[in-house]
Amino acid sequence: MKKTPLYDRHLAIGGKIIDFGGWAMPVQYTNVIEEHQATRMKAGLFDICHMGEIEVKGPQAFDLLQWVLSRNIEGQAVGQIKLGVITDEQGGIIDDLTVYKLDHDRYMIVTNAGTKDKDFSWITKQKEAKGFSDVQVTDISDQTGKLDIQGPLSQRILQNITAGDLAPLRYYHAMNTRVMDFQALVSRSGYTGEDGFEVYAESRKIGEIWDTLIQIGAVSGLKPAGLGARDTLRLEAGMMLYGNEMDETITPLEVVYGWVTNLEKDFVGSAALRRLKEKGLTRKLVGFEMEERGIARHGYKVFTAGREIGEVTSGTFTPTLQRAVGLAFVPISYSEPGTEIFIQIRDHLAKARVVGLPFYKREKQ
Amino acid sequence: MSKPNPADRKYTKEHEWAKNNGDGTITMGITDHAQELLTDIVFVELPAIGKKVKQMEQLAVVESVKSVSDVYAPASGEVLEVNKVLEDHPELVNQDAFGEGWMVKLKMDNPAELNNLMDAAGYAEMIKEEKH
Repeated sequence: MKKTPLYDRHLAIGGKIIDFGGWAMPVQYTNVIEEHQATRMKAGLFDICHMGEIEVKGPQAFDLLQWVLSRNIEGQAVGQIKLGVITDEQGGIIDDLTVYKLDHDRYMIVTNAGTKDKDFSWITKQKEAKGFSDVQVTDISDQTGKLDIQGPLSQRILQNITAGDLAPLRYYHAMNTRVMDFQALVSRSGYTGEDGFEVYAESRKIGEIWDTLIQIGAVSGLKPAGLGARDTLRLEAGMMLYGNEMDETITPLEVVYGWVTNLEKDFVGSAALRRLKEKGLTRKLVGFEMEERGIARHGYKVFTAGREIGEVTSGTFTPTLQRAVGLAFVPISYSEPGTEIFIQIRDHLAKARVVGLPFYKREKQ
Repeated sequence: MSKPNPADRKYTKEHEWAKNNGDGTITMGITDHAQELLTDIVFVELPAIGKKVKQMEQLAVVESVKSVSDVYAPASGEVLEVNKVLEDHPELVNQDAFGEGWMVKLKMDNPAELNNLMDAAGYAEMIKEEKH
């Protein structure tokens, strides 16, 4: 398994290590609920060095990205981030990722950990196929370290060691600044549904930043948080996870990514997706809440009137809401909020109800 | 650190404890070491009263936020009673695995089966070896 620069630190503070997409990552340090609550109430610090970063640079960077991404990135300002997906020719999702516009001709895309190599090959292949010779695609994952600090107190904590003023930084915007003595890119964004930041700095400096945040954040209640809490936080916030809700057999129109898919423009999968939309979708990803006892999990079957109609993609007991919730694919006719469905949990069917997303939304200050 | 394993009961290699009530029944649950490994228990599924099980067959299920784990019957028998409190308070298993967090009372088919299980010292030794 691959290790991030923080691996030894995780072990030293009792991190329980699991294999996540080929990476040895901490699933928890103390327990998931504590780390989850710390992030919702105070702040959580996450090692995200496993995720991939790909730089796309040159006069044709925009053209290449506009071709591989489902999202229309025309009008994206320097410093702005856009969430998007890259699809294959059939419209199947290769990855979901964020696109940072760092300069007029320079972008950084941030990919999932297990999909980075695949994304890099795909983008390179598209560049060649389209004959875009004036753009360089570079995998900068190894030299790029990434930490997420998330939660209501994260701005106050991070500001202590950040040169630039974080207060005016808007959601889904990034700035170049210094964190401690190191050059860093800081964005107000994340994967938890809380206010928070993603911090990018050189891999070999990231340990010092981690140590300092743990040290100065402790008095504010900051805790290191593992992938377990990351998963419950994102699920409460109605956010999807590649490999659970998405893969190459699923299109963005069927999941919660219709809004990042622009069928007015031409991109790799646009023709297939237009056809699919015209024909009409047959299934859709929905949120549900358990009404009877039991916790739905990834892979459990969805039933109605004794007939199997779908499958759970993610499910858990949510620490903030104190209920069992999940995401599932169901036929369009069962996708309206309020619809009763049943989840097979071991040898019995437990009643659940389709609900709107997200399950949890923070109160804006 | 786990609480000490009480000497008045027997232990399975799957981390269940069984206390012989001396009337042909046992009370069982999971060990403190097991709850520590599972951490935040958020759901316990208990068997139906009257259910018959064989020794080391699945009897109950415990779920933490991240995981689903089977709980096995320390002895063959019939379910007499279950700890209903756990349905609303699964955290009792974390707080008091050997006491308030008990799960099932079983009427044993063959009390001699308890001889297949470890005593407290044997179980403590097994945990120690697992850690290496």
